[in-house]
Amino acid sequence: MAGSRPGRGGRSAQDAGAIRIAGSAPAAGSGSMDGLLANKEIVVACGPGGVGKTTTAAAAAVMAAVRHGSKVLVLTVDPAKRLANALGLDGIGNTEHRVPDEAFRAAGVKPRGQLWAAMLDTKESWDALIRHHAPDAQTREEILANPLYQNISGRFIQSHDYIAMERLYEIHSESDYDLIVVDTPPTRNALDFLDAPQRMADFFSSRLLRWLIVPYRSRLVNVATKPFYQIADRILGTEFLADISEFFILFQSMYDGFVERSESVGRLLSDRRTTFVVVSTLEAVPLREAEFFAEQLTARRLHLGAIVLNKVLPDYLRGAGGASVAEAMKERAGDLAERLSPTLAKVDPALGDTDQIARVLTEVADSYLNFQVVALRELEERSSLSVVPEVLATVPFFDTDIFDLTGLLRLGEQIWD
Amino acid sequence: MTALLDLKLVFVTGKGGVGKTTVASAMALLASLQGKRVLICEVDAKGDVAGFYEAPPTVFKEREVLPGLFAMTMDTEASLREYLKLQLRIPVVGRIGPLAKAFDFVATAAPGVREILTVGKLCYEVRERNYDLVVVDAPASGHIVGQLAAPQAINNLVKVGLIRSQTDWMLDILSDPASTGLVAVCTPEEMPVTETIELADRVSKETTVTLSAVVVNRVLPELFGRQEEEVFDVLGSGEALGRLNELVGADAGPVLDAARLAVTMRRTRSTHLDRLRASIGGATPMLYLPFLFTRSHGLRTTRQVAASLGEELGY
Repeated sequence: MAGSRPGRGGRSAQDAGAIRIAGSAPAAGSGSMDGLLANKEIVVACGPGGVGKTTTAAAAAVMAAVRHGSKVLVLTVDPAKRLANALGLDGIGNTEHRVPDEAFRAAGVKPRGQLWAAMLDTKESWDALIRHHAPDAQTREEILANPLYQNISGRFIQSHDYIAMERLYEIHSESDYDLIVVDTPPTRNALDFLDAPQRMADFFSSRLLRWLIVPYRSRLVNVATKPFYQIADRILGTEFLADISEFFILFQSMYDGFVERSESVGRLLSDRRTTFVVVSTLEAVPLREAEFFAEQLTARRLHLGAIVLNKVLPDYLRGAGGASVAEAMKERAGDLAERLSPTLAKVDPALGDTDQIARVLTEVADSYLNFQVVALRELEERSSLSVVPEVLATVPFFDTDIFDLTGLLRLGEQIWD
Repeated sequence: MTALLDLKLVFVTGKGGVGKTTVASAMALLASLQGKRVLICEVDAKGDVAGFYEAPPTVFKEREVLPGLFAMTMDTEASLREYLKLQLRIPVVGRIGPLAKAFDFVATAAPGVREILTVGKLCYEVRERNYDLVVVDAPASGHIVGQLAAPQAINNLVKVGLIRSQTDWMLDILSDPASTGLVAVCTPEEMPVTETIELADRVSKETTVTLSAVVVNRVLPELFGRQEEEVFDVLGSGEALGRLNELVGADAGPVLDAARLAVTMRRTRSTHLDRLRASIGGATPMLYLPFLFTRSHGLRTTRQVAASLGEELGY
């Protein structure tokens, strides 16, 4: 579909050629995660909040380590405590950590490769970045001690997004993982992290930044900046403005490094070794958000590798046969209860009470019909899906939480083939 | 403690995907049905609130979407313009254009400035008594603390200037438990519960706002009492299942499987609920909203949720 849009003939033809040469373009929806991950070095898991992104990313990483024999890193943002424990991440933070083979053995598998895990600590990553870019020890210490910096590194809008991509770049360029699976932070807008490197570069090259770092005395005589300063002084107060200026003067010394780095991060994301996996449930609101995200990826010429539909209700809820059985159980509950009573009473006389059996039959039938409404709604959502990538995987609703390698493998197997 | 709907300003937050906007929309609707004049303000500009009322997209300028119920979307730049016009009487209005751009830039860099414009606008509506209740579809739990703590943070960072002079009255409104409250929405699942517990802790340590209620959304119905569950277990296997299949003339297996799924799901979820109750249930009222087995979302669903919320609040 994307290739046949009008007005982009030249590019589309080129793309088609490239794909043919690579010889690895399965028809929409027919590819496997197995094949996708075997061909990529970076997988970015993204999508709306609350859909199981972190778990899905971890499951994909576990599978790649077990099945491909690769050295895999899962870089996770905010895992549930039990999952963090299972990955050996409790209290470890930014440092990459190997998940011990014993953990795999306990889950009944023998990994051919290695699984490493790390958690993203925004503050720690920012500090590391400053240490990396600061021109000298004094600037470094001044920045780290600056009250604005301390606020920004912890709370800077989108600082999470930027730092996640920055960490990814750093790890990718400095280590030897075959595959890095990144979980993206929950953001207001799922797209924020894609723009973060560019925004950071824009920020540092902006004219306003230059205004802010003009020495105080020349501000008041400079015709261009005078009105800005008069009003800014009045709103923010001179002292705060001075704090801001000082901070940016310090930051300015790292300008080149930052911009260059931001551009490299952007290039890495659009590199052909990188793919994006969009995770969603089949609920209307998250799915619309996921679809929008998938469209945006394509528009930005980033590689949409897969859509994973998570927590999908089981197929047996959609059968027409089930509904008629449930209706019959409801309508004939009294009659059925009487006929079933002797069989139940054989197990335990107390269970033979017909009113009680009738109540159970009615509850069971109602519950089926209730869940069927939701399951049919999911089916409708699924068939209206406008974007179909190479891999379209469905993960059933697990009735229990996934918090260890056994659970991750169980999920992973669902998305693998 | 002041009854939830008698507060003046309620921030509704929660982890992504738990139904934060649903609950905020339902709460605002419920209050308006009680005869209050209500403003609902969407801070995450995703355009969801309009959908919950089946109204046209909301903008910064509030619009009456249902009788007594007004909706708006936060826009920090528009908020700045309004603020400058109303509060500071900045002489040359023509300069506000580039200034807003400059401000946007500073706001991106200087933490708290964007937040203060949001909180400031909301507190302003409360101070001017334009509404009986302002309901905020606030940022997700990861961001709400920064938002609520902004006036205090500004007070610490900015020693003088007009912004500084504005934060004191905002803090008065935010710190008064009879005026302002935070509602945390969660579902009975592992991560949302954990996040809610952490949020409760951070809110009390880092902000002056009171956590007024925790809303547990999508609670599954309890299907069976204890002995009924035994009946169900026996029915689901062996001779009893064979007899049932025979009687209904088809395979009843899937129907029983669905009930088993519902029972297990509820059981898994109840362990998380217990954890939530043990952690904050004593200090904070907990409200329970049922899982909705409906086909659509929109005004009809919002009304249903509002009715459930009304029952929980004793209306």
